[in-house]
Amino acid sequence: MRVALFVTCINDTLYPRTGRAVVTLLERLGVEVDFPDAQSCCGQPQFNTGYRHATEPLVRRFDRAFRDHEYVVTPSGSCAAMVRDNYPRIAAKAAAEGRGRELTDAAARAVPKTYELTEFLVDVLKVTDVGAYYPHTVTYHPTCHGLRMLGLGDRPRRLLEHVRGLELRELPGAEECCGFGGTFAVKNPAVSAAMGADKVRAVAGTGASAVCTVDNSCLMHIGGTLARQGSTVRPVHIAEILAGTEEGAQGGAVSGTAAGAEGGPR
Amino acid sequence: MSGSHLGMPAFPRAAAVSTRDSLLRANLAHATHTIRDKRARAVAELDDWAQLRAAGAAVKDRTLRHLDSYLEQLEESVIAAGGRVHWAADAEEANRIVTRLVRETGEREVVKVKSMATQEIGLNEALAEAGIRAYETDLAELIVQLGDDLPSHILVPAIHRNRSEIRDIFRREMGSWGRPAPDGLSDSPAELAEAARLHLREKFLTAKVGISGANFMVAESGTLVVVESEGNGRMCLTLPETLISVVGIEKTVPTWQDLEIFLQLLPRSSTAERMNPYTTTWTGTTDGDGPRTFHLVLLDNGRTDTLADTVGRQALRCIRCSACLNVCPVYERAGGHAYGSPYPGPIGAILTPQLRGIEGSLEASLPYASSLCGACYEVCPVAIDIPEVLVHLRERVVEGGPVTRRGTRTVLKPAKGHAAERAAMRAATWAFDHPGALRGGMRLASRTRRLHPRRLPGPGRAWSDSRELPAVPAESFRDWWRRTRGEQRPDGSSTEQRGGVK
Repeated sequence: MRVALFVTCINDTLYPRTGRAVVTLLERLGVEVDFPDAQSCCGQPQFNTGYRHATEPLVRRFDRAFRDHEYVVTPSGSCAAMVRDNYPRIAAKAAAEGRGRELTDAAARAVPKTYELTEFLVDVLKVTDVGAYYPHTVTYHPTCHGLRMLGLGDRPRRLLEHVRGLELRELPGAEECCGFGGTFAVKNPAVSAAMGADKVRAVAGTGASAVCTVDNSCLMHIGGTLARQGSTVRPVHIAEILAGTEEGAQGGAVSGTAAGAEGGPR
Repeated sequence: MSGSHLGMPAFPRAAAVSTRDSLLRANLAHATHTIRDKRARAVAELDDWAQLRAAGAAVKDRTLRHLDSYLEQLEESVIAAGGRVHWAADAEEANRIVTRLVRETGEREVVKVKSMATQEIGLNEALAEAGIRAYETDLAELIVQLGDDLPSHILVPAIHRNRSEIRDIFRREMGSWGRPAPDGLSDSPAELAEAARLHLREKFLTAKVGISGANFMVAESGTLVVVESEGNGRMCLTLPETLISVVGIEKTVPTWQDLEIFLQLLPRSSTAERMNPYTTTWTGTTDGDGPRTFHLVLLDNGRTDTLADTVGRQALRCIRCSACLNVCPVYERAGGHAYGSPYPGPIGAILTPQLRGIEGSLEASLPYASSLCGACYEVCPVAIDIPEVLVHLRERVVEGGPVTRRGTRTVLKPAKGHAAERAAMRAATWAFDHPGALRGGMRLASRTRRLHPRRLPGPGRAWSDSRELPAVPAESFRDWWRRTRGEQRPDGSSTEQRGGVK
């Protein structure tokens, strides 16, 4: 099987190790991974801030970049939800504005083939034990778009429960938003920070050494808040946990996880 | 928080103050978490909740599509049952009508059933200007009125007050409005309720005019419905000689059979009860039973304009249950007053800008008062996709576009104060649509990463005041891919040429 990796702009720019982890993980599971270079951003920051028209070129670009692929896999619940929920809306509004069916066709091609990573693993590859090893205590925060827009349900949990060495700690109030919300974080900084502080308090209260999500954007906010408070709890993307193996841990040379502290909060 | 950052609109400024109020935060966190857990249990009892919710949304949508004919049917039914019907295009007209109707009775005092519509139009203030005193009889509305305060929640207007604050308000204020609080009043809920009961009983027994809203109006029979918990509504709806009901036109349902759906959806979503304690229905007037005169004031006040917006109109399905407030993490921390309207929380953030127009700085800030987490949509008993409407309204703010104002289609200009953001968004789209330029920018950021500050100046402080910035890595993912894998695919699927299609 061959899939295209949609790495997302934030992972490309700030968290490349997450992208490398996805490559490591999928290749270990026998999947051939492609990285179409024409890809960029799904357009979510523009769209969710109200700039729908500025989003349209990125819908076309997504369609062009992944046109030849049957599966598009992305390590982001939020970006997958953008494609699946909002591309059809953008297309419908463009059609209603008399600008034809171009975006409708683009959305119709993009929507059915786009999968968030844990969805692809559980629903398409039909695996919950990916042969991972991660000898740490971890708490899992279900991010809002994965939880409510994609309906990821317990897929991430089931994957984590099969990771050897991993001890999962229950996060109180797990389903409450962390307060990131894209531009919300800077447009309403007081409320965003208050929500972040409460989330971080809950994370710290679990005693876990790492907090895991399916979205690095939320993790940037949670991790940034943890770091500002001097906490030692590490923010980790689920792909990096699932990519880890015993051999990798001993050799320290998994391409996905060997990058040290880069991308993380300083 | 960026403090006095220029151009900061109204909601963020108000919320920056309220999030620092630790008593308010504690009161709200306690109240909202209690009710949200109870709601979840009450809803989980019904295995056909999803179908009920879909039915509620469908009935509301269909009614709204044919609202003109249902309103005419309602008017006919109410008149046939002995009531009188008045049409109010806006708040001012509604207040004028109600003031005139009260004056015609010769009374100077009225008792009120808790009503969102009369809050929306500022009826109490309008009546006060005409020398008419309106007494709120809902316990929480009484607390708000005695405390010279503003409501901060749809269902529990005094949710921001705790027991000891309420005791202090009763002790201090009840005497100047009527029967004073009993001596030695404590903050036990039973004593507070008894004090309110004694104070209000006097009003119920002397008032000649009652003013209410309604939860539903049944078009086929002209019946109005009020659901409540305290029994004050039943008193106001049955004891006075004259009853005046001010109701938003979207409260119409075609038949009694439709009502069945909403009488299941509303109490479970609102108070987490299987059924509310009091459901009062009345149809016009009946000789020797209840008010001798009944006036229905049908309120538009921006509703028809809202109906013209195919995305935004779903806000008119709202049955005012307040489930969205109780689950909203933003409401829980900012409090209801920050929303600058009687409709706070997620529903207020989509209703207020539509009813009032989005041009004001408060109204323009409300669609942004959400992290788009979607908890509101999940609990909404009539499936209003609040995040979808929020994003739709954000577009109206920054891009402008077609809107309807007092029945006339007009094109809104983009709001001022977003020039820098607009330029940044366009630049981002340009960069993301030109991967060559993007790659250059990433490499520049990587090469200069040791020089990046830990905290940002100016608007960037909104991030870095509470959070560390992420470190820029030495190499982007696409550079790593090209360096390690770039040559492996001669079929062209990952070459730069494909990136240059545009």
